[in-house]
Amino acid sequence: MNFEALIESVSVNLLKLASVRLPEDVKEAIRKAYHNERSQIGKAQLQAILDNIRISEETDTPVCQDTGLISFYLKAGSEFKGLDRVEAILRKAVRRATMEVPLRPNALDPFTQKNTDDNTGRYVPYVHWGIVSGDFLEVTAFPKGGGSENTCALKMMSPGEGLKGLKEFVVESVVRAGGMPCPPSIIGVGVGGGPDIAMDLAKLTLLEPIDRLNPKKTIARLEKELYVAVNKTGIGPMGLGGDSTTLAVKIDYAHRHPASYPVAIAFQCWAARRATARIGFDGDVEYLTHKV
Amino acid sequence: MKKTELRTPVREEDVRALEAGDVVYVTGTLVTARDAAHKRILQYLKEGKALPLSFEGLPLFHCGPLVKKAVDEWAVLAAGPTTSMRMEPFEDEVIRNLGVRLVIGKGGMGDKTRKAMKKFGAAYAVFTGGAGVLAARQIRKVKHVEWLEMGIPEALWVFEVEAFGPLIIGIDSHGNSLFERVQAEAERKKTEIVRKLKS
Repeated sequence: MNFEALIESVSVNLLKLASVRLPEDVKEAIRKAYHNERSQIGKAQLQAILDNIRISEETDTPVCQDTGLISFYLKAGSEFKGLDRVEAILRKAVRRATMEVPLRPNALDPFTQKNTDDNTGRYVPYVHWGIVSGDFLEVTAFPKGGGSENTCALKMMSPGEGLKGLKEFVVESVVRAGGMPCPPSIIGVGVGGGPDIAMDLAKLTLLEPIDRLNPKKTIARLEKELYVAVNKTGIGPMGLGGDSTTLAVKIDYAHRHPASYPVAIAFQCWAARRATARIGFDGDVEYLTHKV
Repeated sequence: MKKTELRTPVREEDVRALEAGDVVYVTGTLVTARDAAHKRILQYLKEGKALPLSFEGLPLFHCGPLVKKAVDEWAVLAAGPTTSMRMEPFEDEVIRNLGVRLVIGKGGMGDKTRKAMKKFGAAYAVFTGGAGVLAARQIRKVKHVEWLEMGIPEALWVFEVEAFGPLIIGIDSHGNSLFERVQAEAERKKTEIVRKLKS
């Protein structure tokens, strides 16, 4: 069994699936938003989005021209052999996917502005590692567009500002972002840990299914409260006005330093692209986010 | 809110007739230009260097397309707009110097651009962000591409388009901006929303 070839093929598939087919929970949320949208202009935008999603699936074409900067999130079973080879394999997969899906070349040197033309570069694709028990490798492809990345925000709040400050910061950030992150967006909020940890947590929440309720009741309540508040701003689809500014607000947290209250906000555009597969050490592959 | 079909080259009177909220479809030629292209255009203007094409009357499209090369020809697979606000620092000069009458993008543009559009007779239109496949269907072909050394997303792609739209006029040539209205309203609502959240 050629593991390297298998991991590479699966990863190329994941990049294609993520780019071409949105997860069911995202599509359902957009349909619901369309149904509930009262603004005519907002409804027209959501209709265009739904049409686009449908045609992209029918024609096997990436849903948006910005196929993103690529990250992978890995859950690596400690019994899975060859983990040291995985990053190199993922880089190969990204180069292949760039040619085959295809993906727009989106990796530039920030000092020379030179495009690498194949979506790989220094620390790109970025790989997040998590070690779990077992002998499988679970790979999540997370191509993230630039528009929603650019509205991400971080505030090292003062503990005195606390939860009230957090709520204000979320609403402020959404108003400042306006139509730029292609609303209706998914809003991830990370609290505590540190500036990097908070943003990491915020981004991780974007990988969860929209309809999954936060297991902690107090946080679920806060998520709902902020969801309602954000939609009250009336920014609407594409910032042209309407009821659907966010599809969901998701929060995760880490414990915090006594002196710090970090709050990070990560935006995900409506084209929430993610795809996961679990590769068993026996060569068995199970796609978890898409029916394949 | 009227529906208009525009043919390139777009003239000043075509644009002055448009109002914020109108729906427009464009047929003819349009040129893409993003961050790097805008910077280079202004640099060339400053240095008196010739641009690779005339932008006069052509819509400027904020877009980095997803393309595939098949032998000699380029196919456009997805071509939705990019966030126009990044080009805000440069757009007024582009409008003033290049005779661009229509800027197409998403997310809105700012006050500098709005003022230049009023002064010189130009408008800003939006296409649904992320609807790249829908946009690509209205692109008949790639006429040519310039400045490809800047990379695919940043190059000047010259597209031949047929009924490209629906485009909504976000900023018209009379100083009206849909985005400004929505933003001002959101800012106003924000105060009350935050007060309630903090209570």
